[in-house]
Amino acid sequence: MVSLTINGKTQQFDVPDDMPLLWVLRDVAGLTGTKFGCGMAQCGACTVHVDGAPLRACVMPVAAVAGKSVTTIEGLSPDASHPVQRAWAELDVVQCGYCQSGQIMSAAALLKAKPTPTDADIDAALSGNLCRCGTYQRIRAAVHRAAELAKG
Amino acid sequence: MTTATGTSRRDFLRTAALGAGGLVVAFFVPGTNRLAAAAPAAAAAPFAPNAFLRIAEDDTITVLLAHSEMGQGIWTSLPLLLAEELDADWSRIRVEHAPAAPDYFAVGMPMQFTGGSMTTWTEFERYRRAGATARALLIQAAARRFGVKTADCRCENGAVVAGDKRARYGELANDAARLTPPKTVALKDAKDWTFIGKPARRLDSPEKIDGRAKFGMDVQFDGLLTAVVARAPVFGGTVASFDASAARRVPGVRDVVQVPSGIAVVADHFWAAKLGRDALQIEWNPGPNAGLDSAVLQGDFLKTATDDGLPANQAGDAAAALAKAATRFEADYAVPYLAHAPMEPLNCTVRIEKDRCEVWTGTQFQTLDQAVTARITGLKPEQVTIHTMFLGGGFGRRATPTSDFVSEAVEVAKAAGKPVKTVWTREDDIRGGYYRPAFVHRVAVGLGTDGKPTAWQHRIVGQSILGNSPFQMMIKNGIDATSVEGVADSPYLKSVADRHVSLHSPELGIPVLWLRSVGHTHTGFVMESVIDELAKAAGKDPLAYRRELLAEHPRHLGVLELAAERAGWGTPLPPGRARGLAVHESFGSFAAQVAEVSIDNGAIRVHQVVCAIDCGIAVNPAGVVAQMESGIVFGISAALFGRLDIVNGRVQQSNYHDYRVLRMNQMPKIDVHIVPSQEKPGGVGEVGVPPVAAALANALSALTGKRQRELPLRATS
Repeated sequence: MVSLTINGKTQQFDVPDDMPLLWVLRDVAGLTGTKFGCGMAQCGACTVHVDGAPLRACVMPVAAVAGKSVTTIEGLSPDASHPVQRAWAELDVVQCGYCQSGQIMSAAALLKAKPTPTDADIDAALSGNLCRCGTYQRIRAAVHRAAELAKG
Repeated sequence: MTTATGTSRRDFLRTAALGAGGLVVAFFVPGTNRLAAAAPAAAAAPFAPNAFLRIAEDDTITVLLAHSEMGQGIWTSLPLLLAEELDADWSRIRVEHAPAAPDYFAVGMPMQFTGGSMTTWTEFERYRRAGATARALLIQAAARRFGVKTADCRCENGAVVAGDKRARYGELANDAARLTPPKTVALKDAKDWTFIGKPARRLDSPEKIDGRAKFGMDVQFDGLLTAVVARAPVFGGTVASFDASAARRVPGVRDVVQVPSGIAVVADHFWAAKLGRDALQIEWNPGPNAGLDSAVLQGDFLKTATDDGLPANQAGDAAAALAKAATRFEADYAVPYLAHAPMEPLNCTVRIEKDRCEVWTGTQFQTLDQAVTARITGLKPEQVTIHTMFLGGGFGRRATPTSDFVSEAVEVAKAAGKPVKTVWTREDDIRGGYYRPAFVHRVAVGLGTDGKPTAWQHRIVGQSILGNSPFQMMIKNGIDATSVEGVADSPYLKSVADRHVSLHSPELGIPVLWLRSVGHTHTGFVMESVIDELAKAAGKDPLAYRRELLAEHPRHLGVLELAAERAGWGTPLPPGRARGLAVHESFGSFAAQVAEVSIDNGAIRVHQVVCAIDCGIAVNPAGVVAQMESGIVFGISAALFGRLDIVNGRVQQSNYHDYRVLRMNQMPKIDVHIVPSQEKPGGVGEVGVPPVAAALANALSALTGKRQRELPLRATS
């Protein structure tokens, strides 16, 4: 049994210790907003927050995060009101959308660490999140916009 | 299968009341039998399951998409067309993927599919007519209710208004559903458009930013198991023997079944299935392709290019004209096999019951998937329901004529006797075949004393995509048009009196497929590289040279001039940077790009791409800009990194670490300019791709003085 607090709710999971957090979230907890893209921390589609820090869930054995607090895209805000989500909507960032949960979680973690990120900060924080539709230019603009929104 | 050729003219509209209350507008093709598949949401209206819109009593307008949303933005552009003629309240629009059924066959085509950058322009009339017919019926209903003439009614923002009387569409839906639709409807003049041509935000954005959007990968229901399949390491290989005992001992593994493509491990969840697959012991018969080597193939292709192939465009006597040309230019170009690598790995969920089968997947090819599923299950196509989910990227990979990932999933569910979602890993996806074929071009051009081409000989060698597919009948006189498009019909060749374009289509065991912009992925690169080389040979500026050659092609010229002007073509750049230019027509639209590059720490750095696009009427300009950015990023990824190597029949690359795509820190500034136009709409989704590689190669040549004729490009100084 592994205990996790997911989006504020503590739950027990009867899964193997080495099962990646991604598959516990998706296939056991039924939270499909976190995506599978590569399985080797190359694409960032599976990005979640563990105790507030961004983490690639596809390579993280669930036992390694036992007892910790996991936030997924479903728990980022109750109503898509997180500044990053508002900026994403305002600038119409998404295309196919498959990578966007991961992009948004990486961006949210960046803004928490650096409320006024530079372009270099964005490169450093988001270069691990691939987007095959090529929405990077709008992602960059939306991160800057989210920083403004967060300041009110 | 019913052939629906010409349906756009023969269709007529019929309306029917929904059991739940509301108005349905459907297209009927005379002489065909409907009810091919039950539409889940419209099931309460058994006499009219195939509809393009529904209006509910709560004013909600549901638009049914005949095509698949894979990021290209049709979830928004098709509703814009419909809303335009309906004078809809945009805030009440909802969108659904339509079921697989003949009513949703592409206009003039015998199948339902998404591709060829065709959706918005081919639906430009059909979705507007659907909206206009609904509007006419709502006006009739309102006129009766108000006791006025229809001519005294007008529509605004989801309501019919006459004098001081007003009724919302939802209030009129039941009455309107009982009326006979008009035989013809008038469409608005372009000057009266309020939706078309105005930038609109995506309607699928809200559910894609909070995790709600359901892709094929996200399908879950009670009793659903997950399968991971071990496939042959060489295309065409087969299972000689296998031992599943260790796999069966993995906790969570429920079954191991053999299917035509390999061995499937079926488990409670993906992780168990994947561990189970890792534990399989399989002996493979490698089959006839175990010796394939992509480097050797390239050498073979070059040898093949020594002779003319089957003619695709010929006039005069190219060989004789070449022999007497003042200057002669000769070069070989090569591009490798490419994988689509959409962010969402392939997957498909199947539930087979006694007299029906349901399939949930992100697909570009519903009709073929339905037919293949019917064949495997022994059901009729109309007993197969295809639930089209959001596609986490398609780029052509989800439009396989063999329905490979669907048919395999159906085989797995059939063999397991349970509902199963078959999931591909990224490695499976990269190594699973259906690649953009490798090509070699051998080009010889004779130049006159004015530097203009007088003779053009062009040989293309590469596998046919249409060959050995259900689309084989599209091959004419041995020419697969997808191999030569962009060369055979090039504007540069039109004025060359002596020309010979020919094609060799070697048959090989590597599954090949269309990849975003198809033949233009390589012909755009080759043609615009050649033109740059010819400009240099003629001692002319690349822009000035193209202006001369394209003088009779105003739309090419229009995008060329716009992109060049906005990029500041000819103005000084910082040291160590250079610009390159390319222009290419594809899918009925025209794109020009100016790329600015440098070489930085041993890597090619793309600083900026300025793009001009002429796609005729831009239905949603915001979507056009997004798709140009998207196509450019896709093209840069291919030009800088894209390459699959096959050694001993085995694909060497496997995941994003060795099959790289562009990342945020490599992203250039992209600046898109749309040419204002009232020409009929052209394609958009693929049009941004073809010029990129040439613009980059031309910029690198300007920077280094060395010409690269092979993709991917290298950072040679």
